[in-house]
Amino acid sequence: MTIYWECLRGIVLREWLRFVQQRSRFFSALVRPLLWLVVFAAGFRAALGIAIIEPYDTYITYETYIVPGLACMILLFNGMQGSLSMVYDREMGSMRVLLTSPLPRSFLLTSKLLATALISLLQVYAFLAIAWFYGVQPPPLGLIVALPALLLVALMLSALGLLLSNGIRQLENFAGVMNFVIFPMFFLSSALYPLWKMREASEWLYWICAINPFTHAVELVRNALYLRLAPTALVVCLGLTLLFSLLAVISFNPQHAALRRAA
Amino acid sequence: MNALEVSDLGFAYGTRRALDGVSFTAAQGRFTALLGPNGAGKSTLIALLTRLYDLQQGQIQIAGFGLRETPRKALARLGVVFQQSTLDLDLTVEQNLRYHAALHGMPRALATERIELELQRQQLGERRRSKVRELNGGHRRRVEIARALLHRPDLLLLDEASAGLDPASRQALNQHVRMLCQEQGMSVLWTTHLLDEVHADDDLLVLNRGRLVAQGSVASVALDGEDLAASFARLTGDATQSAPAPALQRGNPAAPVPILTAPAGAPAKATPAAAHHTNAPHDSGRETS
Repeated sequence: MTIYWECLRGIVLREWLRFVQQRSRFFSALVRPLLWLVVFAAGFRAALGIAIIEPYDTYITYETYIVPGLACMILLFNGMQGSLSMVYDREMGSMRVLLTSPLPRSFLLTSKLLATALISLLQVYAFLAIAWFYGVQPPPLGLIVALPALLLVALMLSALGLLLSNGIRQLENFAGVMNFVIFPMFFLSSALYPLWKMREASEWLYWICAINPFTHAVELVRNALYLRLAPTALVVCLGLTLLFSLLAVISFNPQHAALRRAA
Repeated sequence: MNALEVSDLGFAYGTRRALDGVSFTAAQGRFTALLGPNGAGKSTLIALLTRLYDLQQGQIQIAGFGLRETPRKALARLGVVFQQSTLDLDLTVEQNLRYHAALHGMPRALATERIELELQRQQLGERRRSKVRELNGGHRRRVEIARALLHRPDLLLLDEASAGLDPASRQALNQHVRMLCQEQGMSVLWTTHLLDEVHADDDLLVLNRGRLVAQGSVASVALDGEDLAASFARLTGDATQSAPAPALQRGNPAAPVPILTAPAGAPAKATPAAAHHTNAPHDSGRETS
C-alpha cells in the first residue's frame, strides 16, 4: 500500500506544483464564472424572477441561484481541458513517464483524475469566496458539506472528459467538444434557470435538462451548499462517476490513437 | 541472464506491418546500439518495450521478467529516456526527479538519498533548484538520465536521446552513457540513426523496414574491408549522405565511427563471411542469413 500511497501523493503534489507555477491558469479559470455572476446575472436578475424552490427557504436573488451552477461550470471546463491535455501528453509529453511507471495503468489514471479534481476544487472555493464577498452567502457549514459533493462532481466530469478525449484524434478538436459537449451540457441544465422555468418554455427541453448529468451535478452541489441531500442526484453522480471512470480507463491507450492515425 | 530478450516481436498498424519477427538480446553490462534509418520501426519497438503499446505478437523479457506476464516487475527494471523530452519544464530538476520516484512508489527518504546521488553523478547538484526550462539541451538530457536511473534499472533504454543536441553535447552525452555502462555495469540499449554514435566494441542491431537485418559485434556485421557506413548502407539501402566514409578504426574501440556517409549505391558485394544477418526483408533481395 505504501507504494500506491507514495505514487498518489507524488501525482497530486505534481499537479499542485504545476498549479502554483501557472497562476494565469488559475485566474483565467475564475474570470469566466465571475463574468456570469457579475455581468450576466445583473442583466437577467430582473427578467428571471426566482420563486421559492428547494433547497432555498425563501426568495433568493438570481446571483444566489446561479452560484452552484457556476461552481460546477468551473469543474466542467477544468475536467474537459484537463483530460484533453492528458491526451496531448499521452502521445508526446509527461504522460509517457506516467504510463511507464510499473504501477497499474488504471491506478495511475485514477490518481491523475483525482489530482486534477482536487486542484479544480481550489478554484471552486476561490470562486465561492469571491461570491461570498459579492453577497452570495450560503450557510458556512454548507461550504464544508459541499466539499465531497464538489469532489464527486469533479471526478465525474474529469472522467467524462477523459472518456470523450479518447475518441479525439487531435487537440484542435477541442472546439468541437466546446460546441457539442460543454455548452449543451451547461445550458441544458439547471445551472442558469430552474427546471420548472424550462418546462414553461418547452416540455421536451425540460426532459432533456432533467436527464442531463450536469443537472444532477448542479443539484447535488446546490443542495449540499444549503445542507440538504439530493438522493437522486447523488445516486446518478456516483453511478456515472464509476461508469465514466471505468470506460475511460478501459479505452485509454496510446496505441489506439496510433492505430487510428494509421487507419 | 540477458538484460533484454526480444523474441519474434511483431506489430502492425492496421494492415501496415511496422515490426515483423524481430528477435534479439541485449547482454548484461553491455552497450547495445540499435541502428536504423527513419521509419525502420525503432519508435514502435520502443513503444512496445515501454508498454506504451500492447504486444500483438512475440515476447519481451526485461531482466528475466516477461512484459506480458509480469509487467510491473519488468517495468521496474527498465529506465527510459524518450526521444522527445518528457520533463516538466515548469518544475525544478529536483521536483521532476521526485515525481518520478513517486511513480515508482519509492519512499521519500530513499528518494531523497537517490536523488542526491544521481544529481552528483550527473554533475547537476548545483542545478537542482533550477527550473528545467532554464537548462540547455544537454543538461536536460542529463536530468532525464538521472531520472531514468533513480529506481536502479537493469536496462537503460535511450531512444534517439541525442536528437536535437549540438555535436559537442551529443558526443558528451554518448560518452557519459558509455561511462555509466563501464563503471556501473549498466546495460544500455541506445537507438539512433547516426553512425558516429556507434563504437567499434559495441553490440550492434540493425533494423530496417520493421525487420532486424543484422546483429552482432560491429566487426561481425561488416564484411571484409567494409566500414560501418558501408555495412549500414548495404543492409538498409540508406545511402542518402554523399561524403566518403572513413574506415572503422578497429584497433581503437573507443574511437567513434563517423556519421553515415556511404557513397550512393554502396556495394553489397563482399562475401557472406562473418556477419550475422537476421530477419532480412524477404521483399528486398538484400543479404540474409
